[in-house]
Amino acid sequence: MAIFKDRNYLRVNLDKDADESLWMRCKSCGELVFKRRVRENSNICPHCGEYFFLTARERIESLIDEGTFKDISKPIVDADPLGFQDTKPYLQRVAEAQEATGLPSAIIIASAAVAGIPIVLGVMDFRFIGGSMGSVMGEQISYAMEEAIGRRCPFVLISSSGGARIQEGIFSLLQMAKTAAVRACLAEERLPFISIMTYPTTAGVQASIASLGDVIIAEKGAMIGFAGPRVIQNTISEQLPANYQTDSFAYQHGFIDRVANREDLRQELGKILGFFVEAR
Amino acid sequence: MSDEKTLDLLEAKIQELRELNKKDGIDLSNEILRLETKLESLRAEFYANLSDWERVKIARHPKRPYALDYLEAMFTDFYELHGDRLVGDDRALLVGLARLDGQPVAVLAQQKGRSTEENKERLFGMARPQGYRKARRAMALAERFSFPVVSLIDTPGAYPGLEAEAGNIGGAIAENLLAMARLRVPIVAAVIGEGGSGGALAIGVADRVVMLENSIYSVISPEGAAAILWKEKEKTQEAARSLNLTAPRLLELGVIDEVLPEPPGGAHRDFQRMAGLLKQSLVRHLAEIGTLPIADLLAARYRRYRSAGRYRTLSDR
Repeated sequence: MAIFKDRNYLRVNLDKDADESLWMRCKSCGELVFKRRVRENSNICPHCGEYFFLTARERIESLIDEGTFKDISKPIVDADPLGFQDTKPYLQRVAEAQEATGLPSAIIIASAAVAGIPIVLGVMDFRFIGGSMGSVMGEQISYAMEEAIGRRCPFVLISSSGGARIQEGIFSLLQMAKTAAVRACLAEERLPFISIMTYPTTAGVQASIASLGDVIIAEKGAMIGFAGPRVIQNTISEQLPANYQTDSFAYQHGFIDRVANREDLRQELGKILGFFVEAR
Repeated sequence: MSDEKTLDLLEAKIQELRELNKKDGIDLSNEILRLETKLESLRAEFYANLSDWERVKIARHPKRPYALDYLEAMFTDFYELHGDRLVGDDRALLVGLARLDGQPVAVLAQQKGRSTEENKERLFGMARPQGYRKARRAMALAERFSFPVVSLIDTPGAYPGLEAEAGNIGGAIAENLLAMARLRVPIVAAVIGEGGSGGALAIGVADRVVMLENSIYSVISPEGAAAILWKEKEKTQEAARSLNLTAPRLLELGVIDEVLPEPPGGAHRDFQRMAGLLKQSLVRHLAEIGTLPIADLLAARYRRYRSAGRYRTLSDR
């Protein structure tokens, strides 16, 4: 797709795309609902309360003060350090994800404000190869924390990721150490890091940056954990409880500070940030 | 091209002939010598052309020397410390104090079991949260008393089980990554067998990382990658190749510092020599980084991890 040719890096804006269909059917209650209502309702079914999936862009929109969004992502895209090919070549997979999402990578880094408090924000998009963390995401998150240090403002990360980007092999594994190392700088600078875990925050992302927040909040309905249920059943054939790796499992076992409803996240975020920083 | 089984078979045959030679007094020495020469050349040829999957098998070989073997051979006075002070003592990840060439060091070591019985205890070298938290306790101790840290990595991965999940194994790994990034003592890590993903990295953030020639280090097992990406178990060998998980390849990619050559056939074929080489390497690396001012060491470690990764930079509009 032409927009991803070199020298033409796409930045995200929040202008609404023209939407061809007006109505959608809720997969949970089966009710036909008006799409605009759903959107205005943070992608929650106005009929039954089911959470629909949020793209990174929609997530940002649902969280920040209107008109404060600026995409400050580094202009970088996935390379193919290993020449990886599974059922298709890695870079073809990347190009298809770019085309499908309109995003350069699986994460957007933005400057924005929440409740009047300027923040640097990282938001993953699960549609982009499962929101997996490869070199680009690791670099973007690291850069975002450096930007937060430069601007003396909090860092907020919204995770939605299945884990490491397998196609980058050892390089994706090392992003776990990389993001943790830069996170240490943020702590030394005494700048807050709020980590918000959404559906899903698992494996390499849960076992690194997402679990290192000063405060960790899970969105209701999040999936949080390290080894997926299939891995556990295949390896040790253990029976798993019904709430395995849900927000309530993570909460009961003390991984996270709080669980918040989607519609409350914006307010919750503003409240926490307010303890650390004065609104400008 | 022979496989390992054929080589073992040939070796057994030679042994039979030797016994025949001794017992019955039939002179077979020429035949034996001829076969031995043949075996050596076949073995050399086989091990010079190992596929990545064959290396994975050597890395997981049941006879492969484990951490405790190296601990015994390389260190004096290994004094094991137990327990994470929270829930228990993990037997898959051992920590303690020891002397390396007379110098006290803190040791982190992943230990697989030799027998079924031992593996019940050691969970095949897969540590649970209590293991990673015990390791973190040992790191803190090392920092407080300025002991360099030596980490021996050999794990299929962190333990995948309900108890480990309930103990927030992901969080435990993350905390170790953070701690090691800033630990104010030199850290040298050696992958002696399997470097299985986050479970390995959680004791593997270091100033120097060395690997034994037939050890592996990967974001996921070849079996896992085959299941997730190809959705076919049969693609395991292809996955092993695609992941670039061998020591020589990781050295080429610039993510490790040294590959220690193994005796033909693997470390278990001449363990004393292997242990000697590893010890020399650890001593040398610790000597090199041990003299750096700690701020320089931390800055270099930071640069090492901050720069990890490969991507393409586009010109911004």
